[in-house]
Amino acid sequence: MKRRINVWSNIDWLTVVLYLILVLLGWINIYSAVYNEEHQSILDFSQRYGKQLIWISAASLIAVLIMIIDSNFYSFFAYFLHGVVLLLLVVVTLFGTEIHGSRAWLEFGPVRFQPAEFAKITTALALARYLSTHNTQLNQLKTYLRVALIVLLPAAIILMQNDTGSALVFAAFVLVLYRQGLSVGVLLFGVYVIVLFLLALIVEQLFMIFGIVGLALIVLWILNKRLRYVFVSALMLLGSGGLFYGLNYVFSLDISHYYIILGALVFSSIFYIILAYWYKIQKVYLLLLLLFGSIGVTYSVDYVFNNFLESHQQKRINQLLKIESDPLGAGYNVNQSKIAIGSGRLTGKGFLNGTQTKFNFVPEQSTDFIFCTIGEEWGFVGSFFTISLFIALMLRLLFLAERQRSLFSRIYGYGVLSVFFFHFLINIGMTIGLVPVIGIPLPFISYGGSSLWAFTILLFIFIRLDVNRLKMLQ
Amino acid sequence: MDTYAVRRNIIAFIIVLVAVIFLVKLFLIQVVSTDYTPAATNNVVRRITQYPARGLIYDRDGELLVYNQAAYDIMVNPQHLEAFDTTELCNILQIDTPYLEKKLKEAREYSRYKPSIFLKLVSSETYARLQEKMYKFSGFFVQPRTVRKYKYPNAAHVLGYVGEVSDRIVDTSKYYKSGDYQGISGLEKSYEKVLRGEKGVKIYLVDVHNRIKGSYGNGKYDKEAEVGTNITSTLDMDLQRYGEKLMKNKIGSIVALEPSTGEILTLVSSPGYDPGLLVGRQRSKNYQKLSIDTLEPLFNRGLMARYPPGSTFKVTNALIGRQEGVLYPGTSYECHGGFYAGNFHMGCHNHPSPVDLVESIKVSCNNYYAHVFKRILQDDEFASVSKAFTNWKGYLESFGFGDKLHVDLPNEVSGFLPSVDYYDRYYGADRWRYLNVISLSIGQGELGITPVQMANMTASIANRGHYYTPHIVKGIDGSQRIDERYRTKHQTRVDSVYFDEIIEGMDLAVNGEPGTGATARTARVDSITVCGKTGTAENPHGKDHSIFIAFAPREDPKIALAVYIENGGYGATWAAPTAKLMIEKYLKGAIDIQWWEDYVTSANLIKNRKKDEEED
Repeated sequence: MKRRINVWSNIDWLTVVLYLILVLLGWINIYSAVYNEEHQSILDFSQRYGKQLIWISAASLIAVLIMIIDSNFYSFFAYFLHGVVLLLLVVVTLFGTEIHGSRAWLEFGPVRFQPAEFAKITTALALARYLSTHNTQLNQLKTYLRVALIVLLPAAIILMQNDTGSALVFAAFVLVLYRQGLSVGVLLFGVYVIVLFLLALIVEQLFMIFGIVGLALIVLWILNKRLRYVFVSALMLLGSGGLFYGLNYVFSLDISHYYIILGALVFSSIFYIILAYWYKIQKVYLLLLLLFGSIGVTYSVDYVFNNFLESHQQKRINQLLKIESDPLGAGYNVNQSKIAIGSGRLTGKGFLNGTQTKFNFVPEQSTDFIFCTIGEEWGFVGSFFTISLFIALMLRLLFLAERQRSLFSRIYGYGVLSVFFFHFLINIGMTIGLVPVIGIPLPFISYGGSSLWAFTILLFIFIRLDVNRLKMLQ
Repeated sequence: MDTYAVRRNIIAFIIVLVAVIFLVKLFLIQVVSTDYTPAATNNVVRRITQYPARGLIYDRDGELLVYNQAAYDIMVNPQHLEAFDTTELCNILQIDTPYLEKKLKEAREYSRYKPSIFLKLVSSETYARLQEKMYKFSGFFVQPRTVRKYKYPNAAHVLGYVGEVSDRIVDTSKYYKSGDYQGISGLEKSYEKVLRGEKGVKIYLVDVHNRIKGSYGNGKYDKEAEVGTNITSTLDMDLQRYGEKLMKNKIGSIVALEPSTGEILTLVSSPGYDPGLLVGRQRSKNYQKLSIDTLEPLFNRGLMARYPPGSTFKVTNALIGRQEGVLYPGTSYECHGGFYAGNFHMGCHNHPSPVDLVESIKVSCNNYYAHVFKRILQDDEFASVSKAFTNWKGYLESFGFGDKLHVDLPNEVSGFLPSVDYYDRYYGADRWRYLNVISLSIGQGELGITPVQMANMTASIANRGHYYTPHIVKGIDGSQRIDERYRTKHQTRVDSVYFDEIIEGMDLAVNGEPGTGATARTARVDSITVCGKTGTAENPHGKDHSIFIAFAPREDPKIALAVYIENGGYGATWAAPTAKLMIEKYLKGAIDIQWWEDYVTSANLIKNRKKDEEED
C-alpha cells in the first residue's frame, strides 16, 4: 500500500503529460493522413486511425503494467530480456514475413509484431546493466568489446533482415557511451571516419590524397610543434613525387596520377620513418598509419559504395549529397515531402485539408512521413509546436537521468534519450531533406502498434525507475 | 562518473542545436520560400477540356449539310460532393433516383478525386435550368460539347455519324480520352482528322466548394482549341434526296459519278436511315434498332455489296474482244434461242437475228457474248486457256474490278474476280475450258462487283477509256486541292478508238426504234441522248435483280450511273426508269412526265424479297 502511494506521487507527471500530448497529436494526424469521406467515424477499426486507437489503449494498459512492476525487475532481467529478444530477432530473420523488402515481422493472425523495435529497449537495459556493474570504465579494450557485443549484435541481425533503418538506430547508443566517458578521441575518430566516407563519395580520390596528406602534415605540426618537420616532409614528398613523375615520363609508362602520387607517398614515407627514428619525431608511426589508413578507406569507400550498397541506398545517399538530382526517382519522396510541408506556410491548410497528403502524393504518409501532415495542415506553427514538444521531452529526460542516484537508472535514461533523439533527428530530418531517406518512425506520432508499444515501454520503464530515483538499484 | 558531468551540457547543446537547425530549415521552407506553394495547388486546379466545333460539311453547291449543335455533359467529382436534394436534381435533369445513385456509385468507383461523366449530352434548356441552381449541387459541373445536326434526313451512309471512342482506342491513342467523340462511318470517319480540329484546355483554380476562382497562371498554361476544318463534298444533295425517294421500299443502290472528274454525285443505299437518329443520347438505342433490322439499313450497299453485274457486263467483254482483236464491228452471230455447244445450252430472249456488235448491245444477245468470250479464251495468241483467262482478268482489273477503288470513304470492299487458281482448285489444273466458265460472258457466275465499281466502269466508257478514282470530297476549307490520288487519270487497257461502236450500241438500246428489240427504251429522256445497258441478274433465291448502267449525254457526258435493284425483275422494269429519272433530274432539274416518277416511287419491291424468303 505504502509503496503504491509512493509510486503515484513520485511519478514525473510532466513526462507523462508530454507523452500523452504527443500520442494525441499523432493520432489526430494519422486520422487526417488517411482520412476519406467513406469512413468518417473515428471508431472505424478498418482504418488506421481506428487501429491506432486500439494500439493507444493497449499502450496505456502496458504503461500501467510497467508502473506496477518493481523497478528492480528491469535491472535484474536486463540480460535475460536482451537474450530473449535476440532470439526472436533470429527467428524473425529466418521465418519472418517480408514487408517492403525487409523480413522484420512476425505475424500472428491480424497482429503484426516487430522484434527490432523491442531490441532497442533491451539493448538500453543491457547496456545500462553492464556499464553500471563493477564501475566498468570505458578505457579498456575488454569493455569496448563487451559493449560492442551488446549493441552491435542486435544491429547486425537486424541488418540481415534488410532493415537498414532500424539497424542504424543502434548508432544512437554512442551518446550513452559518450556520457559515460567514451574518450573524445575515439568519438572524434568515429566522426572523422564518417566524414571521410562522405567526402570520399563527393570528392575525387586524387584530391582526397592531397587533403589527407595536408591533414597529416597539420597533425604532425600540432604534435611536434616544429614547423621544420613539416617543411622537411613536404619537401621529401615533392622530391619523390618529381622522381616518380620523371620515371613515368622517361619510361613512357602510362600510370595514372593517382598511383604515381601514391607511389611517391610510400617512397617518401619510408625515408621519413628513417628520419623520424634519428630525430625522434613524435607519433610518426601513428600518423603514417592514419595517413595510409585514410587513403585505404577512401579507396574502399568507392568500392563498397558500388559493390555493397543496394542501388536504392546509393540513390538516397547521392540524392542527399546532391550528386544526382532526380525529382521523380529516389528523391521523389523527399521532394513531395518538402512540397507538402512547404505548402503549409505559416498556419497550415487546416485540419483535414492537407491536399498533398490526402491525395497520396506523399508516400507512407501515416508512418514515416507523418510529419508532412503536421507541416501541411498546421503550418510552421504546427511544426514549431511538435518540435518543441520533442525538445521538451528530451531535455526533461536529460534532467531526469541526471538526477538519478542509481547508475543503472541514469545510463538507461540516457539510452532512452538517445533512441528518441536519433529517431527525431532522422525522421524529421528526412522529411525536410537534411538527412537521407531512412525509414524509421517518429516516436508516438507515426502509425504502428509495435513502434508505439516499444516507445511506450522504453519511456515508462524509465519513468518507473525514476520513481525510485533516490534509491540505489543494483 | 562525475568527471564527465560536463558532457550532459554538451549533449543538451547538441539536442537544442539540432532542433534549431530544423526550425530554421522549416522556417525557410514554410514561411520564406514560395517555391513549394504552386506545386501543392496542382490538385485544386480543374482542367476543362475545350472541345472544338467539328468541321462543317457542305454539298457541291455549297449547301450546308452537317453542322453542330451545343450540348452539355454533366460531370461529377466525388471528392467535392456535399449533401444535396437528389429529388430536385432528378427533376431538373429528368432522370430517376436509381439512375442517379447508380451513376454516383460508378463515379466513386472510377476515382474519388477525378471527375467522370454523370449525364451525357443534355439539351441547352436543361443546361440553363441546371445553371441557375448549380450552387446547390457541389461536386457537379458542366462540360460543353457539340453534337452533329443534319439538315436533311438523307445521305446517312455518305455523311456517316459520330460516336464515343471505343476503349481500345482510348488505350492506344495519345489524343483521344474516354468520352471523346470521333467519326465512326462515312465522311466523318474518313476525314476525322480534318473535321475534328484539335482539343484545347483551360485551367481554372477552384476552391473547396467547387467554385471557379479564376484562371490558373493567368491562362499561361491554357491551350486554345483549334476549330475543325470544313469540307465541301462532291454530293449533289438534291439528286441524293431524289435518289433516296426513288429507292424507297426497294433494296439496292444507286451510284452516280461525274465522269470527267470521278466526283461522286450520289451514293444511295436502300434501305437507309435518318442520320439524325444516331446523334446524342438516343444513339445507342437507335443503333440497336437499326442493327437488328433484317433489311440491314446500316449496310452501305454502294460500297460493300458484291453483286453479279448481269448483262451490263457484256459491254466490258465487247471492249476486251475489240482490243484483243477477236471482235469487229461487223462480227455477227445468228441467235435462235441462245447459245449451243454440244449438250450445253444457254438461253436468250427473243430478238432479231443475226446481230452485229452494235446490235448485240442494243438487244442484249446472250449467244453473241458467249461467242465473244469463247474467242477471247481460245485466242491463239495464248498458249492455254488459263493464260488467256489471266489476260482477260487483267483487263477487268484495269477497269477497277477485283480490287478496291480506294474511294475516300471507309469500309469499301474489293469485290470478287475469279482467278485461274480459283478454277484450277475446282476443276483441276488446266482441266477447264471456256465452256466451264461461259456464264462469265454475260455477267453471271463467280463475279462480285460493287455498285461503285459498276458506276466507275460506266464512267470509263463515258470517258472513252479512262477514269478518275471516285471520291466524295471536292475541297477542304475552301481550297480546291484534294489528294493527288483523285486527280490521277487511270487508263484502262482498251484504247479509246474501240469505244465508238459500244457507245452506239448503248445509245440504240435506249433510243432505238420501238419494236426493234431495244432493251432500255424505258430509260429514254426527251432531248437528251442517254446511253445505257440493261442487266438482269439471276437470283436463285427469288426474283431476279434489276440492273442498269447509263451515262448522258452521249457527247461530253455529265453523269454516269449504275442502278441496282434487288428483286426488281428485268433491268428495264425498274432500274432503267430509275436511272432515267435520275438523269432527267440532274440534267434538266425537273421531270417531264410525272407519271414515271410516281410509278417508281410508289413501287414496293421489298415484298418480293420477303415472299421469296417465305418460300424458302
